[in-house]
Amino acid sequence: MAIVSTIRAIGNRIVNAVWRIGVAARFFFLTLLYSGNSFRRFHLIIKELFSSGVMSLIIIIVAGLFVGMVLGLQGYETLKRYGSESALGVMVALGLVRELGPVMAALLFASRAGSAMTAEIGLMKATEQISAMEMMAVNPIARIVAPRFWAGVISMPLLAAMFSAVGIFGGYLVGVVQIGVDEGSFWSQMQAAVDFREDIMNGIIKSLVFGVVVTVIALFEGFDAPPTAEGVSGATTRTVVTSSLAILMLDFVLTAIMFRGA
Amino acid sequence: MERTTLDLWVGMFVVAGAAALVMLAMKVGNLGTYNVSETYQVHAYFSNIGGLKPKASIRSAGVLVGRVTSISLNTERYEADVVMNLDKRYQFPKDTFANILTSGLLGEQYIGLVPGGETEMLKNGELVKQTQSAMVLEDLIGKFMYSKAAEPAK
Repeated sequence: MAIVSTIRAIGNRIVNAVWRIGVAARFFFLTLLYSGNSFRRFHLIIKELFSSGVMSLIIIIVAGLFVGMVLGLQGYETLKRYGSESALGVMVALGLVRELGPVMAALLFASRAGSAMTAEIGLMKATEQISAMEMMAVNPIARIVAPRFWAGVISMPLLAAMFSAVGIFGGYLVGVVQIGVDEGSFWSQMQAAVDFREDIMNGIIKSLVFGVVVTVIALFEGFDAPPTAEGVSGATTRTVVTSSLAILMLDFVLTAIMFRGA
Repeated sequence: MERTTLDLWVGMFVVAGAAALVMLAMKVGNLGTYNVSETYQVHAYFSNIGGLKPKASIRSAGVLVGRVTSISLNTERYEADVVMNLDKRYQFPKDTFANILTSGLLGEQYIGLVPGGETEMLKNGELVKQTQSAMVLEDLIGKFMYSKAAEPAK
């Protein structure tokens, strides 16, 4: 009866996965419900903005600079074949603002800040700090989860904007300063092609969505982690894997909605 | 409220993020160059617009004077109705000629305005009557082949 037990195991996994999605959705709803409290005590959000936003600055800026420089280098090599090196600025700017800025910043944020959130909350649970809060009639979702959630949602678009800005500067460094593409056409063609509402705002909306998804996954994995050392390490791994996949899949869906046609 | 170094760092983070956004909007995007001045709208019918798209530029003597707002098919005339937003600073005579041109050999298409000699100017909502359609490469090649075939053999 190996077949029956295999089918049973598969069914069990699917039911479990759907169950977890349901619990995560309820968790997300509760976070939104109790976030009123965390806005009244804004210093909690400030503290989390520091640990997730400010501490991610260095990795975002360094990564953005190098991604922009590589885009400038590769873009130049390809555009040179068609004699349109002057379109380098357009290529670097559109690539960063539409795609690479939001996606790369979200991936870095998931592995830098998301994993830390999961580990922190998982350990809080393992050391029974969360049960202690409940004993004192302090709602752990309002006290621990909601400030982290809003800190993530606020810092994600800012980080993505910084990534794009620094990346474009990197492309400028390689394209104009090092290779010698004409500076005027680099900036003017970029300004002619990049639209504020269509390109920049859509990129910001993307990063907002990624911010919500990454923080919800990270917080839920931490809150749902088995209270053991193994459980916390597994939850941290799942945070990075799940949120990276979610970012890339959502990016495709959002791009298909935002930039189709036209 | 007492101030902490934490607040300073978070403040710097938010300011840097906002600065990056403003820099993207002004230096990279078109918010700094376009949308600031007031505009007026005119429209024109073209029998073929080729690859013209909304937001394509409108130039006169090579200077950017406006953008294409929308393109639709007028089913009474079966011609493309192109609505253009022009900068208020630039007024054009009523007999202005609108051509669809291509920047470079394979570049994007734009509308070129050639002013006529009339003294009255175009007003908001008026029609540019004289237009020239886009050149479609296939038609051009077709005409060339036809005229070649019609030539007597030597």
